[in-house]
Amino acid sequence: MAVCWTSAAKRYTRRLAVLMTVYLILLFIAVWLFRHDQVSGPLAWPLAIAPALPVIGVFWAVMRFIVEEKDEFIRMLIVRQCLVATGFCLTVMTIWEFLQNFELVAQGNGGFGAAFFWFMGLGVGAIYNKITMGTAGTLA
Amino acid sequence: MKNRLKVLRAERDWSQQDLATALEVSRQSVNAIETGRYDPSLPLAFRIADVFGLAIEEIFQRD
Repeated sequence: MAVCWTSAAKRYTRRLAVLMTVYLILLFIAVWLFRHDQVSGPLAWPLAIAPALPVIGVFWAVMRFIVEEKDEFIRMLIVRQCLVATGFCLTVMTIWEFLQNFELVAQGNGGFGAAFFWFMGLGVGAIYNKITMGTAGTLA
Repeated sequence: MKNRLKVLRAERDWSQQDLATALEVSRQSVNAIETGRYDPSLPLAFRIADVFGLAIEEIFQRD
């Protein structure tokens, strides 16, 4: 089935492309500076947070997509995707935390935090939509 | 909720895309409504009724 590109979906895709580009640039800068010991003290805090900002921007873009989408069926698919993604992320993180609490897996997350699993959950939500509604939706 | 969208569309020789364009929604929306996977909101049901020139209850019926 062809993907439906409403004007809201096109705006979401453009925003996503911009935010992901900014994310890669900020991540590269932050990693390079920390690895080469170019930053320390109070400046390290905003630099460490900088790559998180475009990721937070993606959450904003998804919420704007829900608000701006005029097609009620497509909007429902996006909301379902987000609900599945939230449930998936919370489930994975909760299980992971308990495994860490009982020292069955190592501490730390190796760079795979809640946002990573939420975005993975969007993919799971798309599959769920495809199976139950016949179409995946336009997120992820 | 049952509906007569497919029959009404066939009577007018409209494709799903034709109806979607008239309703200003995606073809996926028309397909989901037609196959009973999605029940439209009341405003969209009124728009569907207007496009076919019928009352809502002539298009949608209880299961």
